[in-house]
Order: sequence, then C-alpha cells, then structure tokens
Amino acid sequence: MRFYFHLLLFVMAGLVVAFAPLPVPPIAPQERTFRIDARQFAYSPSELKVNPGDTVTLQLVSTDVVHGLYVDGYDISIEADPGQSATLTFVADKQGSFRFRCNLTCGAMHPFMIGKLTVGTNNWLFRSLGLATLAVFGALISTKQKA
Amino acid sequence: MTKIELTRNPFIKNALKSRYPQLAVFIVMLVGYIFAILAGLIGTPVGSHNFSIVFVWIAWWAILILVAVPFFGRGWCAVCPIPLPGEWLQRGAVLTPPEKRPKWLNLRVPKMFRNIWLQNISFLLLALFSSVLLTTPNITGIVLAAMLFAAIGLSAIFERRAFCRYLCPVGGFIGLYSQTAPIELRIKDKQICVSCEGKPCYNGSQAGYGCPWDVFPGGLTKNTYCGLCMECIRTCPHDNIAVNLRPFSADLAKPSTRMDEAFKAFIMLGSAMIYAGVLLGPWGAFKDAAYNVGTSAWFIYAVIFLSIIFVILPGFFTLGILKAKSALPLKQRFASLATALIPLGLMFWVAFSLSFVLTNASYIIAALSDPLGLGWNLFGTANAVWQPMLFSILAPAQTLALVGGLIWSARTAQKAANEVKVSSIPVIIYSFIVTSIMLWLLL
Repeated sequence: MRFYFHLLLFVMAGLVVAFAPLPVPPIAPQERTFRIDARQFAYSPSELKVNPGDTVTLQLVSTDVVHGLYVDGYDISIEADPGQSATLTFVADKQGSFRFRCNLTCGAMHPFMIGKLTVGTNNWLFRSLGLATLAVFGALISTKQKA
Repeated sequence: MTKIELTRNPFIKNALKSRYPQLAVFIVMLVGYIFAILAGLIGTPVGSHNFSIVFVWIAWWAILILVAVPFFGRGWCAVCPIPLPGEWLQRGAVLTPPEKRPKWLNLRVPKMFRNIWLQNISFLLLALFSSVLLTTPNITGIVLAAMLFAAIGLSAIFERRAFCRYLCPVGGFIGLYSQTAPIELRIKDKQICVSCEGKPCYNGSQAGYGCPWDVFPGGLTKNTYCGLCMECIRTCPHDNIAVNLRPFSADLAKPSTRMDEAFKAFIMLGSAMIYAGVLLGPWGAFKDAAYNVGTSAWFIYAVIFLSIIFVILPGFFTLGILKAKSALPLKQRFASLATALIPLGLMFWVAFSLSFVLTNASYIIAALSDPLGLGWNLFGTANAVWQPMLFSILAPAQTLALVGGLIWSARTAQKAANEVKVSSIPVIIYSFIVTSIMLWLLL
C-alpha cells in the first residue's frame, strides 16, 4: 500500500515537472537577421538563439553546392544555389530547441548537415532533466528504504 | 508476472518446428541482402537514394533497434541471412541433415577467442568508420559482402556458426541487449536433459543439427548466446524445449561477471552518446573529422572516440564503485555492476535512432520506387519529397526512452548491487549523469 502511495506521489510530481506552465519573462520582440554560410556538411553559425516573438530573417549563402535549410517544427525552408544567397523571414512563435537541416541532397553526409535554433529557453530539456532528477531521487529513496 | 510458454500453442510450435516458414523468411532476407550489396556497388553513389543505405541503415536499423531487439531479443539472428550460404555449405544441405556430410575442417574455435572481444573490436572498427559507412553506398556494399564472405570462410574452417558467435559486429550487441527482451528459449525440465543420452540438441541427430551457436540448451540461463535458430526444438527427442514469454530484463537479475560483456555495455553506451553528438549535433568540425577518414582530424576523432569508451566512461564508473565496501575484487564488482548499463544503453540507442529514423524515413518511400537511383519509378513514389515524420512526438518520445531507461537502469543496479552486496547509489548517480548528457545532446 505504501509503495503504491509513493508511486502515485512520484507520478504526480512527474506530471507537474513535465506539464506545469512556466512563467515567461516579457521581452519585447525584435527583428533578428542571421547570415548563415552553408558548405558540405555544416552551417556557420550552426547555433542560433532568438527570443520568442522575434521576427527572424535567415540569409542562407551557399559556398559550394546547392544547399537547403529546413527548420524542424516550423516546417519552413529555403534553398541557395552555389555562390548565391536566399532569404527567409518568419516569426519565432514556438518556444524550444529546433534542429535546422539541409533538405536538398548535397553529398554523402547530407542527412547529418544540421544546425540548432533555440527560441527562448529550451524548457523541454529542463523538464526532462527534472524528470531524470525525480527518477533518481525515487530510486535513491527506495535504495535507502531497502538498506 | 510468471512465464507463459508460447510453444504450448500448437500453431506456434509447429511453425517453429517446421523448417519451411523459417526457410521462406531466410530466402526473402538473403535476396534482400544480396540486392543491398549489388545496389551499393552498382547503384547511385547518392546515399539517400540508394537501397543499400536507405534499407539497411534506416529501415533495417529502425526495425532492429526499435522493435526486434527490445521485444524479440535475438529474433533478428533467427532470420539473419549472413550465415546462411556458409552454413548450407558446411552442412551440405539446406534443410534436414544429409546422409553424408561434407568434409570441411570443422575445427573448434581456439579458446582464447571464445568470448565477445572480437565482436567488440569488429563493432568498434565499423563505428570508427561509420560516418563513411552510413552514407556511402559502395562502402556499405563492400562491408555487407565482406561479412557474407567472412561467414562463409569461417564456416569452412570452424564448426557451427563461428562468425555469428564470435565475430559479427551486430550480433555482439544484440546478444547483450537480448537479455532485456521479454522472450526466451529455455528447457522445461533440467532432469530430462541430465539423463538425455547423446544430447542431440548439442550434437545433432537425424532430426536436425547440433546447436549452431555452440550452446547446450540444458545449461541456458540467459539469452546472450542463444540465436533462437530453433534447431534444439527440432532435435530434442523429449519435447523439453520451450519458448517463453517472460518479464522484461529477466536475465539481468543475475549479473554477468565477464569483462568482455561489461565492456560491451560501455562500448554501446559510449557509441550512442558519440553518435548523438557527432551525427545529430550542430558541430560541423566533428562531422568533418568523423567523415574524412585518414586525415589527422580523423585520427584525433578516433583517439577521442576510443578514449571515451575505454578510459573516460569506465574510468568514472570505476571511481564511483572504488570505495564501496565489499569482499569481492574490484574487477568482479565492475563487471557485475556494469549490468545496470545494459537497459540504459539500449534506451540510449532507441532515443538516438528515433531522431535519425523519423527524420529520414521518408527516403524509404522514394527508394522503394527507385532502389538503385537510376531514374526508375516502380510504384510511382520515386519523387516523394523528403519530410521529417512525427516531429511533434519526437522529443517527448526521446525523454520517455531516456528517463525510462534511467529508471530501468536504477532498478537493475539495485538488483546487481544486492547480488554483489554493495551499494547501488554510485551506479545510479553515474547513470543519471550520462543520461543528463544524452538529454542535452538530443534535445
């Protein structure tokens, strides 16, 4: 009976960690422009950070072959020919961490040509770390009880 | 939950006992395997449009790591086509044993190689070249062909399935993780095996061949080295072999004491973390180093790769358990407690593969219609546009896999620590730290 009570407690705590709404600090949206150089098989810069609500302009410049840039979660993309640039503007209205990746076959390592866009705080990572901490806490308590 | 004997069901039992259903699957697999070799060698060099890359490293890998290993253990080994040509040559037959067997050398594998160190090395060799292997069709074709010929060569020299048991780079980790699977092949009554004359399950009979995996089923206590080939079901004259449904990770209740298996756990754990960083991370320099084989950057990458697996991960693990009060030698504690990393490693691979597979699965649809990348359109799907699948569930699924793996690992650590009479806390904390790193790499 006590076991099931503890289990219920941990499950409820887990649900709170996973889904409880977090306060969002009010930050005035800005216009952000990034020039991204694309080459086989990397973007430079490969990590972008913006605030939620920012209007983001990506200027993709390909330095060797045709490359694309597709943003996971936003489902938007652009393509740039060699030596040319292409521009994409969007509002970063989804918070979290998103991979952006080449969506035009550009060579052997094409599936792994990946960058990272972080909009605001990567809350899901922190929630996941919280869940892991909770899991370990539960395991340690049960270890102590058995000892 | 107690065990449920699946072979009590006459349909399942007959399907497993008959050679024909397995042969039908074997033939499909062998044709697919040979086609993958040919596609790799003569198809387009563009990996994402070549059957060998798309079907081996995306489709097969997804089925293997997300379904086959977690739920069926060595189920893949039961239908793997790689040992077949060699085994058929060795036996001189495709189905039941022939009257006269061919005279191959039939040597016993030397004792020093009767462990999984060679499998550890073969996996690491492929892992070090994986950026090229996973993306270059002709390299994939060559490696697949090399594995087929190695299996044939070893079947001509050594008895049974020496390739599967001691060299296959995939078989090593399938064996390790098969301990977590909810399925097992075991004997029903030990006394029957003790009094059984001739031990046909191991030595063979007219009904079938002696265990190809060099295992005496009467002594089976874990899944690691049983290839689920079902020969013993066919040869047992006492109907004493059963296939059971059981709780997950039942084999891990009694931890291993072998260093080759312990290091296998570290190799798999470390490889999943390195792949998550190098292949799925945003760092171009790491990808360049991993892909440009033979350059100084690649050698540095190789040294870092091996250091993480053989020094850093086991080193911190050892430091954690060093001070534990125990009458057992450190080596035995290390091997036993490393058992806790088996479910964690499996879940690391599940989380890594989810990202890789869901992002690239749409290539399968196009490759179905144009498997060689020659402009065919067999099913009208050759021009299917690349699109990531199920993005919205990817991160929650990865968290579920990794945190679930951590809980599973902690439970396993408690049982292993209980067996060797030490505290499980250092292992649980170690598992938490590596899980946190993996979460950071993937999310």
